[in-house]
Amino acid sequence: MTIIESIRIALRSLSANKLRSALTMLGIIIGVAAVISLMGIGRGAQQAIDRQINSMGTNLIFVSPGSINQGGVRSGQGTAQTLTYDDAVALATSGLSAVAAVAPEVRTFGQAVYMGNNVNTQIVGVTPEYETVRNYRVQSGEFISAGNVTARSTVAVVGANIVTTLFNGEDPIGQTIRINNVGFKVIGVLEAKGGGGFGNQDDQILVPLTTVNTRLQRGNFRGSNLVSQISVQATDASQMDLAIQQISEVLRERHKIRFEDDFTVRSQQDLLETATQVTGILTLFLGGVAGISLLVGGIGIMNIMLVSVTERTREIGIRKAIGATRGNILAQFLTEAMVLSVFGGFIGVGLGAVMARVISAAPLGGTLVLNSVVGLDSVLLATIFATAVGLFFGIYPAYRAASLNPIDALRYE
Amino acid sequence: MIELENVYKIYRMGDSEVHALDGVSLKIEAGEWVAIVGPSGSGKSTLMNVIGCLDQPTAGSYKLDGVEVARMNDRDLARVRNRKIGFVFQTFNLLPRTTALANVELPLIYAGVRDRRPRAVEALERVGLGDRLHHKPNELSGGQQQRVAIARALVTNPAIILADEPTGNLDSKSGAEIMELFHQMHTQQGLTIVMVTHDPDIAAQCERVIHIRDGKIIGDEHNGDRRKVPGIAEQMKPSDSVILESVAAGATR
Repeated sequence: MTIIESIRIALRSLSANKLRSALTMLGIIIGVAAVISLMGIGRGAQQAIDRQINSMGTNLIFVSPGSINQGGVRSGQGTAQTLTYDDAVALATSGLSAVAAVAPEVRTFGQAVYMGNNVNTQIVGVTPEYETVRNYRVQSGEFISAGNVTARSTVAVVGANIVTTLFNGEDPIGQTIRINNVGFKVIGVLEAKGGGGFGNQDDQILVPLTTVNTRLQRGNFRGSNLVSQISVQATDASQMDLAIQQISEVLRERHKIRFEDDFTVRSQQDLLETATQVTGILTLFLGGVAGISLLVGGIGIMNIMLVSVTERTREIGIRKAIGATRGNILAQFLTEAMVLSVFGGFIGVGLGAVMARVISAAPLGGTLVLNSVVGLDSVLLATIFATAVGLFFGIYPAYRAASLNPIDALRYE
Repeated sequence: MIELENVYKIYRMGDSEVHALDGVSLKIEAGEWVAIVGPSGSGKSTLMNVIGCLDQPTAGSYKLDGVEVARMNDRDLARVRNRKIGFVFQTFNLLPRTTALANVELPLIYAGVRDRRPRAVEALERVGLGDRLHHKPNELSGGQQQRVAIARALVTNPAIILADEPTGNLDSKSGAEIMELFHQMHTQQGLTIVMVTHDPDIAAQCERVIHIRDGKIIGDEHNGDRRKVPGIAEQMKPSDSVILESVAAGATR
């Protein structure tokens, strides 16, 4: 008896009980669809985060202030105010072989007002290097110049979203906005970077670094020289480790450090790895939840197959009487279970892909776009898993059917 | 062709042993038409199952075409049932929701025959159901269903037809038609037919009647070769055998 023959017999007996077969398959369909769509979402989240980290620039090293250690209690990273603009200047001018560019930044929150509109957003104090190091592009107008920084000019370069939220889509160049009651002339608009997650880059307003410290910061911070972070671009991907070492040496010397660094140096790669780890766990978790539903679907198949064997005891007896071997009967019931699970698997893959597409289309948290990715591997995985489920849960009922004694089976009412 | 020697079939029911077959020795030659008669519980169905390779004897030897069946494994037994034996049951035992044609094709599937349809159609035409190929069992009368079952038994060209009360569930007219069909199979194709029955009228139509009671053969008589007699109507009168009368009494008891 060929495989095609077995499949034909299986299809015939499954179609004899269409509703029951469909309901049994539903378990597998939902399981596989869940695996496909949830893994797609996890994958999409991973790619979105990767994209965002990569959009920050290339070969980046982030230097942040260390944490305050007060009376044995360690506060969060960046709570100490140890990094200064002078540190950044020193890193740029020490002639470090592995360092290509240095871009310090200072971040604060502010309210920007234009006409009747206002928006609360991040104000980032930057230097001209920020544009290239952090991979920003000016869509119109110009970026903050070195002259702006030395002159502490009140000029601003706004993110793409600001144009819509504050200017209702009009051309903002040349207009004056008020940030924390200080007037700033808009000299440029940034190209949209997309993405979301940790503070949307398109919602920022960039101003000269020195202006933030002298005009926008409040209280103790006003007039200080502090920076929130220094982005350093290494000359080459292979020079990252050397760059980190050189940066650390210069800063330790400047800060006169003997024991513990009061700053943290992390590469873009570290960020990416952390993010990948987090999203990887997320994907695994989602896949696991979906896998459980697939397992439940498999138990459904086993249940129905057991009922089916009991119900068709007489049929099994007839088949044996006219020449079916144990192997034939085993193959028949196993094929039925497999047909259920494989068909369910295929339909589930289709449904899962549609679900992933629908979820991608739905806006999640503002401009964050989750392009869920249904990879060939997850399709294969789900199909193979569904088949394995069918095989695993089909074996016992099929074995029961095959071991029936033909005489008893024929007498069964 | 069929050779049983001192065959025992013992069932264990709790502590007690039931001897369904108690030392049966029997020889059936190719081309014979044999009836096995006996009251219910006499062991005739067990004998039939053993002959049909559905069951294996507890002790003794059963040779089919000179091959010892008692030592066969599941696969060989299935092959023998498929190739050498055709079954006809009292309750027809057709697959429900399956067309007559598909039912008749079934043994050919297990035989590994590729070009099944023409053979199945031919078998159905032989039993006079050429116009009912795509009817399902529930769309056929009892007599027609039994014809489908006979076509299914014939389709693999077996040497032996085993029939277990083939007319038991039929009215007398359909029963007579089915018997006519067996008669044809016997006379025209020389098939060996073994038929279990408790109906003396049916037994009388067979060439040889074997009486069984309590697992033992208690009588074996020959009615003459049916192949030499043209019609069947005159064969309907019961045999005047004394033993047969006693069996008939047992059956109606």
